[in-house]
Amino acid sequence: MSSTAITHERDTHADAHAHDAHEHKPGFFARWVFTTNHKDIGTLYLIFAILFGLIGGAFSGLIRWELAEPGLQVFMKGSMLDSMGLFNLSNPDHAKHAFNSVVTAHAVIMIFFMVMPATMGGFANWFVPIMIGSPDMAFPRLNNISFWLLVAAAVLLVTSIFTPSGPGGEHGFAGGWTMYPPMSTHTGSPGQAMDLVILSLHIAGASSILGSINFITTIFNMRAPGMTLHRMPLFAWAILVTAFMLLLSLPVLAGGITMLLTDRNFGTSFFDPSGGGDPIMFQHLFWFFGHPEVYILILPGFGIVSHIVSTFSRKPVFGYLAMAYAMLAIGFVGFIVWAHHMFTVGMSFDLRAYFTLATMVIAVPTGVKVFSWIATMWGGSLWFTVPMQWAIGFIFLFTVGGVTGVVLSNAAVDYSLQDTYYVVAHFHYVLSLGAVFSIFAGFYYWFEKMFGVKYNKWLGAAHFWIMFIGVNLVFFPQHFLGLQGMPRRYVDYPEGFAYWNMVSSIGYAITAVGVVVFLIMCLEAAIVRRKGEANPWGEGATTLEWTLSSPPPYHQFSELPVIKEDDEHH
Amino acid sequence: MGSKRLFGKGLSGRGLFRAASSAIATLALSAVMSVPALAGDTMGLPTDKAMGWQPAGSALKRQTEVFYNYGLFPLIVAICVLVGVLLLWIMIRYNRKANPIPAKFSHNTFIEIVWTLIPVVILVVVAVFSLGLLRDYNDMPKPDVVVKATGNQWFWTYDYPELGVTDIESRLREDAKDIKTAKAAGVPYLLEVDNALVVPVNKVVHVQVTGADVIHSFTIPAFGFKIDAVPGRLNNTWFKAEKIGTYYGQCSELCGKDHAYMPIEIKVVSDADFDAFIIAQGGKTRAMLASEAAASAAAAEEAAASAAEAASASAAADVSAAASDANTTAPAAPASGAAAAH
Repeated sequence: MSSTAITHERDTHADAHAHDAHEHKPGFFARWVFTTNHKDIGTLYLIFAILFGLIGGAFSGLIRWELAEPGLQVFMKGSMLDSMGLFNLSNPDHAKHAFNSVVTAHAVIMIFFMVMPATMGGFANWFVPIMIGSPDMAFPRLNNISFWLLVAAAVLLVTSIFTPSGPGGEHGFAGGWTMYPPMSTHTGSPGQAMDLVILSLHIAGASSILGSINFITTIFNMRAPGMTLHRMPLFAWAILVTAFMLLLSLPVLAGGITMLLTDRNFGTSFFDPSGGGDPIMFQHLFWFFGHPEVYILILPGFGIVSHIVSTFSRKPVFGYLAMAYAMLAIGFVGFIVWAHHMFTVGMSFDLRAYFTLATMVIAVPTGVKVFSWIATMWGGSLWFTVPMQWAIGFIFLFTVGGVTGVVLSNAAVDYSLQDTYYVVAHFHYVLSLGAVFSIFAGFYYWFEKMFGVKYNKWLGAAHFWIMFIGVNLVFFPQHFLGLQGMPRRYVDYPEGFAYWNMVSSIGYAITAVGVVVFLIMCLEAAIVRRKGEANPWGEGATTLEWTLSSPPPYHQFSELPVIKEDDEHH
Repeated sequence: MGSKRLFGKGLSGRGLFRAASSAIATLALSAVMSVPALAGDTMGLPTDKAMGWQPAGSALKRQTEVFYNYGLFPLIVAICVLVGVLLLWIMIRYNRKANPIPAKFSHNTFIEIVWTLIPVVILVVVAVFSLGLLRDYNDMPKPDVVVKATGNQWFWTYDYPELGVTDIESRLREDAKDIKTAKAAGVPYLLEVDNALVVPVNKVVHVQVTGADVIHSFTIPAFGFKIDAVPGRLNNTWFKAEKIGTYYGQCSELCGKDHAYMPIEIKVVSDADFDAFIIAQGGKTRAMLASEAAASAAAAEEAAASAAEAASASAAADVSAAASDANTTAPAAPASGAAAAH
């Protein structure tokens, strides 16, 4: 095609790079600790995300293990968990608190230390510069500190789990990732664990804000000649919108948790009614961040799925502009719907009516995207590689999760469903079956490119199918539990909820097998080392990363590629 | 090849027709089956293996269920089936063996407008019904009883402020804390309390809710209401129970280690039983209060009448006194007589 001009440039400076590689590659410590290379930083983030995904997943395993049957079996003295010595389960109060702290930690870890590092830190760092034809990010050293700040935040969070928090000295903050006061102030959590959580989130927030500054500057300023914003790959669009959302929402979270910090330590009463404060104000501040946050979690996944669907249909993405602007619309509207998380706090009728209507609006651009993916595949020549399986799974399952969101957006219906397992089912469908599926899709899609070796497609397919069955079994029955009224964040439940809880826990066991298959897949690829090629995916892979070797040279595009009108690098 | 191209390049009419008809069929089917409570389900309690709502104990909850069972649920099932069928069709018809040469189109303005506008129309219809239901929730009819529920760590306190009954503490019963003892006592595990909230049947109950320490949340699934118990704030909701019986709910905002152990139990009883309960708690029934109010109103009227007589007698004396002092303040008697009549 018209990539001959670029191919020529690639050949000449590939030689130059083979020469450079020997001279410039730093030693191990310098390379991995002091790296300013966007690809290495991306790899660090991915390893970090996998590690914390396993920890967060282990916590959800504890939750499902406890909830398999009515009564307390796991979070009690003398249980198998007790013998592991991780949590203090010596008396029932400590044990019940420990469950709530595991629920809290599970969410914080999965959101801040798994999904965000994988999508923004991992894939965005790896591929946004390459896709826009740039040698690296705008601020490579800032990129480095973003990663290490996140590590510091993780250390603080893990420390908090083993720090006193509750009124009886129980360890670990146990007020949910939503941290509502007065549960999160001295009334509910007098111990220091909450202060460690606040500091952890401050630092994680700083890490993301600095990263966002980096991405926005890079995307606006460092696109290769000829790559207008309207020729930019959709994944880069997704990251651009996500970066802006982070930039605008994280400071509000920072404000809210700083007020928590001063309420807890410096005698203020922002959220203490006896001092003239209002607990509901925290909820407004938190959810003003919290709702955009959930779109931050999913938007990069939208970008990844667009690339994969286009590649394995050998067709350009249907309605490129609509796709880009739908992401923008979702990002924008996502900022004005936050109080649908607060329908039961006692807001006025007008507010409840507004937030119901505004929330329903988001269904329109989201629907445009789902139908556009389908239209991309329509008439295409579909190749069902492992990434394509994950992407198609995503499209269907994200739709399921999205429509239960439409149900919940109706305030009057939400009265019956708020804080029940219906909500848990909804957000796990869009997260565990949405965001996580898109992360695995991207991992398989770019595996060979990043690591220079091929994965075994049978292991990959097994991973997909086992997880597909497993996570659906975990979360679909939770809709039934929610409709029947089972509240969330409960260590134990009445017997009328027993059957579907058992089904859900069996689903977890299957999912865990799937995760093991994933780890085996990684190990097998690392041991056997089948050499990766520059473009294993054929003519459907049109973005710039497929023009580079696998793995790409340490520094690419010393001479910038020139993008022409009829190039399809998007 | 062979199939009629209805929408310009790329979209085959046959595939779309198939998808649309499956969606409509599912819509119809699910509207019939959907998630109504089954006849065998117990009122006021969760039922094991159930897949839908608990049986509705109030008209408002029933309205919510109708909106979900015949509106929202068929809609979301249809959307999921549509997407699922389209994906299945694509996987069969357009896999690389069946379709080695991919089409090139990436636009179709007509379909893009369709799939933007149709969701808008659907959402507008949903919104109309949704806001109607929200208004019905919001517009409380004149209440018959006012109840105040306070969330504490980890129990509820109930008051009947107008009836003079306060501080009924409602805790999970000891024998309901263990599955075996609950079964032996014939009470639902984790739900039975020592002192339930008692309300009269078919009467509008205005519930005022607040929190004493951290945020809790007061709810009964059978009545379809939920309202947070926030410290420093008095929230309001209402319900009207249709049938005598016992209804359970559970605290619905994470409030500490015993968040799962502070259930809500409402006993809906006849008017007579409710009055008896109030008397037993040392309060005054609504009837007693009403007759007391009538009696005091009658007494006040008499007082006003005699005060008015005295006022007119002294007013005559005052007139001459007022004439001599231009700065005299208005006589107090008529004012107090007017106040007594209220």
